[in-house]
Amino acid sequence: MSASTLSSTPATVGAFTPEAFAAHLASLPPLPAWWLDRKRAAYERFASLPMPKRTDESWRFSNIATLTLDGFALPAPTASSHHAPIGIQKSAKLVFANNRLSTREPLAADLAARGVIVDSLQNALVRHGDLVREHLLAQPQRLGSAKFAALHEAFLADGAFVYVPKGVEVELPVGLFSYAAGANTAVFPHTLVVAAENSRVTVVEYFGSAEDHDAHFACGANDLYAGHGAQIVYVGKQDWSESTLSFQLNSTVVRRDARVQSLNLHLGARQARSESLSQLQAPGAFSEMLALTVAHDAQEFDQRTLQIHQAPNTKSDLLYKNALRDKAKTIFSGLIIVDPDAQQTDAYQSNRNLMLSDDAEANALPGLEIQANDVRCTHGATTSRIDREQEFYLQSRGIDRAAADELITFGFFEDVLNRLASDELHTALRNLIQSKFKK
Amino acid sequence: MSQLEIKDLHVAIGEKAIVKGLTLTIRSGEVHAIMGPNGTGKSTLSKAIAGHPDYTITSGDVLLDGKSILELEADERARAGLFLAFQYPSEIPGVSIANFLRAALQARLAEGEEIDATAYYKRLYAKMDMLKIDRKFTSRSVNDGFSGGEKKRCEILQMAMLEPKFSLMDETDSGLDIDALRIVAEGVNTLRGPNLGVLLITHYQRLLNYIVPDFVHVMYDGRIVKSGGKDLALELEAKGYDWVKKELAAATAA
Repeated sequence: MSASTLSSTPATVGAFTPEAFAAHLASLPPLPAWWLDRKRAAYERFASLPMPKRTDESWRFSNIATLTLDGFALPAPTASSHHAPIGIQKSAKLVFANNRLSTREPLAADLAARGVIVDSLQNALVRHGDLVREHLLAQPQRLGSAKFAALHEAFLADGAFVYVPKGVEVELPVGLFSYAAGANTAVFPHTLVVAAENSRVTVVEYFGSAEDHDAHFACGANDLYAGHGAQIVYVGKQDWSESTLSFQLNSTVVRRDARVQSLNLHLGARQARSESLSQLQAPGAFSEMLALTVAHDAQEFDQRTLQIHQAPNTKSDLLYKNALRDKAKTIFSGLIIVDPDAQQTDAYQSNRNLMLSDDAEANALPGLEIQANDVRCTHGATTSRIDREQEFYLQSRGIDRAAADELITFGFFEDVLNRLASDELHTALRNLIQSKFKK
Repeated sequence: MSQLEIKDLHVAIGEKAIVKGLTLTIRSGEVHAIMGPNGTGKSTLSKAIAGHPDYTITSGDVLLDGKSILELEADERARAGLFLAFQYPSEIPGVSIANFLRAALQARLAEGEEIDATAYYKRLYAKMDMLKIDRKFTSRSVNDGFSGGEKKRCEILQMAMLEPKFSLMDETDSGLDIDALRIVAEGVNTLRGPNLGVLLITHYQRLLNYIVPDFVHVMYDGRIVKSGGKDLALELEAKGYDWVKKELAAATAA
């Protein structure tokens, strides 16, 4: 990469200047050279890639003008102790505030003795370098945010590393929390989950702001890797302040007979872009991709998904449901790709939008690219206005409009929430959704 | 003792006048039946009183204990003590009957007050036992995939839980076979009492064999044209609505 690309215009790097990057590197503890090299390469990529343009197909319907990176800054390490429990029992817990590990509750001794690891990425880079190197940000960026993925890699300071060895089952969820504190703070949360052969683990992650009124820039990513016969349940709850600009770039790799269920709840941010890539790499792999969004005021939720079937007899099932109020906007763009030899693929993709207001806007772009001839693929999108007779029915029982909207939204979400095997998680998600209706 | 007064009420849907000057007073403990041929404005009357936004009250008034309710939203009217048992209840997928009723009761509490879950379920189960409804019912989504009889029983259960001052029951018998009708009527009879006034809207006399009214009114062309005791229903059954129409025509001609 030439030096000229590094002296990019402020428009393409915003606050994330070469000086800021150098200061970031200087702030890190000693880390493996391969990782620092990757970060440097990532910074060059970030600086040289253009900002998204309105004409980019992968940014269709998105509000490009509001993506500016100006004004955000890397926070000084904070001793923030902000933490809001979500009311579930956990096997271990890591809390990050402004990109630094602030609190931890270690695993029970028996799980640790069996080789389960729940640790910070910084520690894992040093202690489990090979595992991290193999899986950390190792998958392609195909959904439009390569620039922000590069930014994430360049400025990633710390995150969570969860490893479950062959045949081990972790009963209780691992709880991960990422907070941003202080005005205009930039955070780069990362979660890497590696489930080895026939292991099982549930990871519950929460993203939130210490103060509701502060604007943040959150540029997060996760990597989920399910080895042969492994089962991962991942639940992500995005609850940033409503002036936050958020990116969340998720990648899932599913190996033979493995199963990954992910459910992402989107509540916060003024503008939230989420990209989810699932790669079904070996026969019997199954990826269940679920998302629930409550959009209100002028929030924009921009969801891009890709299900890639790379082997025969693989299955994916995507269901994204959005409830829109006020002048909120959602975009769902989903693609299923079936490679030529991925016969007997069973792929499903569905986006459903419930309009609770006439001023809200839901955009849906479902897509298929099938190169095998013996497959079952269905996709579709529906958008429906809340039924007036339904609304009157609820009102005639004494329930006011706002409470009626809430009740109907829960009814609309119920089939997704019911896919969670854990009642405790189901309740925790319900409570969080309910708190949004009280805002 | 409460009182629901309907005073010279005129109701239109769009430009079309449907109810054309109806006056009726119902007191706690009374059961009034309104009978009449199809298209005469019976259902419009009940929905207008309940506050459906598609129905415009062009003149007249509806007073609950002396106070007009016309400026209130549908949910406020319900909380003031009105209940509409729907002819065609809406289906609400994904919302269980238990959660639905809980939300309806929660709406009646002051801000910050929370329903006591244990007491709530105790009361719900007691009402269900009283109405002979299986407890499994509570976890089903409201009216979703219900048979006609189940929908009507669900309406009666809601009425039992919400304890309105006045219940407007719109064609509660429609779509029911005789067994379902008997069960639903039994439910209404169980809830009948000094604290409840009922306006029973029906096309057929058969419902009145099971729920015996104190007063029967015949509605025709948007008005009550004849009122009487429970025997009027039997007379109507024997002579048909044509009898009323002829009588009315004769009276108008004279």
